[in-house]
Amino acid sequence: MNRDIFVIIEHLGGEVADISYVMLAAAREIATALQGEVVGILLGEGIENLGQNLAADMVWLFDDPRLADYSPTTYLHILGELIQQHVPRTVIFGDTSTGAEVAAGLSARLDLPMVSACHRVTVGDQSLGYESRICGGRIQVQGELPSPTALIAMVPGGYNPDSGRSAAPPPSEMLAVPRLEEQPIHLLSYIQPETGDVDISRAEVLVAVGRGIQNQDNLEIVEELAEALGGDVCASRPVVDQGWLPVSRLVGKSGRRVRPKIYLALGISGAPEHVEAIGDSQVIVAVNTDPEAPIFNLAQFGTTSDLFDLVPVLTDHIRQARSERVA
Amino acid sequence: MNIIVIAKMVPDLVEELVVDPGGKGLDLDWIRWKPNEFDDHAIEQAILIKERQGAQVTVVIPNMDGAEDALYAAAAKGADRLVKLRGEFTGSANNHALARALGKYLPELQPDLLLTGVQAHNDLDGSLGPLLAEFMGLPYVGYVAGFNLQGGKAIVRKEHPGGVVAEMEISLPAVLGIQAAEQAPRYVAFSRIRQAMKTTAIEEHEIPHLDISGAAEVSLMKQVESGERAEMFAGDADHVADRIVAVLRELGIL
Ligand SMILES: Cc1cc2nc3c(=O)[nH]c(=O)nc-3n(C[C@H](O)[C@H](O)[C@H](O)COP(=O)(O)OP(=O)(O)OC[C@H]3O[C@@H](n4cnc5c(N)ncnc54)[C@H](O)[C@@H]3O)c2cc1C
Ligand SMILES: Nc1ncnc2c1ncn2[C@@H]1O[C@H](COP(=O)(O)O)[C@@H](O)[C@H]1O
Repeated sequence: MNRDIFVIIEHLGGEVADISYVMLAAAREIATALQGEVVGILLGEGIENLGQNLAADMVWLFDDPRLADYSPTTYLHILGELIQQHVPRTVIFGDTSTGAEVAAGLSARLDLPMVSACHRVTVGDQSLGYESRICGGRIQVQGELPSPTALIAMVPGGYNPDSGRSAAPPPSEMLAVPRLEEQPIHLLSYIQPETGDVDISRAEVLVAVGRGIQNQDNLEIVEELAEALGGDVCASRPVVDQGWLPVSRLVGKSGRRVRPKIYLALGISGAPEHVEAIGDSQVIVAVNTDPEAPIFNLAQFGTTSDLFDLVPVLTDHIRQARSERVA
Repeated sequence: MNIIVIAKMVPDLVEELVVDPGGKGLDLDWIRWKPNEFDDHAIEQAILIKERQGAQVTVVIPNMDGAEDALYAAAAKGADRLVKLRGEFTGSANNHALARALGKYLPELQPDLLLTGVQAHNDLDGSLGPLLAEFMGLPYVGYVAGFNLQGGKAIVRKEHPGGVVAEMEISLPAVLGIQAAEQAPRYVAFSRIRQAMKTTAIEEHEIPHLDISGAAEVSLMKQVESGERAEMFAGDADHVADRIVAVLRELGIL
């Protein structure tokens, strides 16, 4: 049986994405138990340097101008052939804008079992398992990762990315890109995110608002609170998708990572795609009427008060506290 | 342009989720089903394309509680054709099974463009779109927030982490996983949905057998337990506000 673990390294804009180190940390656990090797796989153009700090036993590089930009069909083709040829025990992808679709595509194409939203892997006697979180982070699912090859799409949170970094560069090898037919997908351009009026990734005080705010008009009380606090307003995805706040204020998987002193989450349930970007906050205080909301698993402090009752009162108390200090 | 949107019902997370006594699935008695919100975005995107350049929009949905309401709501927004898939979709049916079945059926409808929500919160075996694309031998791009048609090709905006957007060109037919429509899904009044019930018929298509292979098996399902839950502030708004102010003072913010 092949014991090797393939990790498909994610990178964008010349930088290895954090999720890659999380995946390497998971791969190391499996490899140690199975006495296999961790193989980091990099696709791109001019990517040799990206392999330098990966905690892998070997890095395989597909370095080619045709891979300068991510294309799902190209990735499917190259990785499909590679997996069929080597039959690794598992292949770990990020459950991300690139990894999720490639993993699923390969599962169908190669008839290999896959699991998404994988938080951790578990290693038993000769068996490998997964732990995934679904239903907005409320439900944990466990099961086996069948032989010979299982595909995993991994989310952050289960491993410390630092364990996936290495001081010593791993050995690397350049692999030949297989023949590529004319591709149906082409990159036209990248559009960089607008920075907007404030950079929430640097803010020390953030008042975050979620779907619980109900409509745009209600944002006023949140803005007043942020102003009283000397902080900025940011939001979960539904608020931005409704067009109530600009995308520069979006916190989460598709938005910004934040690391404030305080993150005051108002009417936010705590879906994995949101909380993966707020874990570096010094203190999280969550206001949510649902006592079961997953945000309370992460927050240090919480309350099930209705935000519409609490926020105006809190704003008053903060103003009062400030004026007392001045007086 | 023939657009097919594939939608699904998912458990409403506002309700409590209860694991069934077997410990491998959710207790169906407790679930309230609602349309997957990203599928709502896919429907909205399809309607926007129709309004802009003309298209026939077909919405296909597995028969689950609430599926007919979801179809009629789509018709009220402008969908032309409604299809309900009959089969055993609740319980162990997964995206591999649905994608396989759709891969056999959808070519009959001769789609130019297939849209589906980028994912559903209960996906455990990958999302539907990339599986379906592979079973149909079509290209797939997910995380799409923005669509245009140019010279018979789709120009999409794919969202990468950190807000970077890749503009990509895709030959049609193709499958797209919609993250967000260009505008928030429109609201339709119930009176218009009732109107659609009278004017748009739901077609049915039988899925005789669901082949669930391709997903890792579930041996245990449970509520997520966290080591430490938040320290909860109870009492009236005044009292809770005082406690939060104390935290802010502790942090040196006040
Ligand atoms: C590929 C992908 C990427 C994504 N990226 C992101 C991302 O970057 N950022 C992001 O945020 N999401 C992202 N999402 C969406 C994510 O899955 C969730 O849908 C989203 O985070 C939910 O936002 P929410 O918590 O505001 O809404 P909900 O989950 O609807 O929660 C609203 C909460 O408000 C509470 N509430 C209601 N009324 C009140 C009240 N009066 N007082 C107090 N509490 C109240 C409710 O109890 C509920 O818990 C992404 C999803 C996908 C599929
Ligand atoms: N399996 C169950 N066990 C215990 N209580 C239930 C179960 N299913 C539903 N309920 C409760 O009964 C109420 C009515 O459920 P229903 O009859 O399914 O509409 C629900 O709101 C639940 O609170």
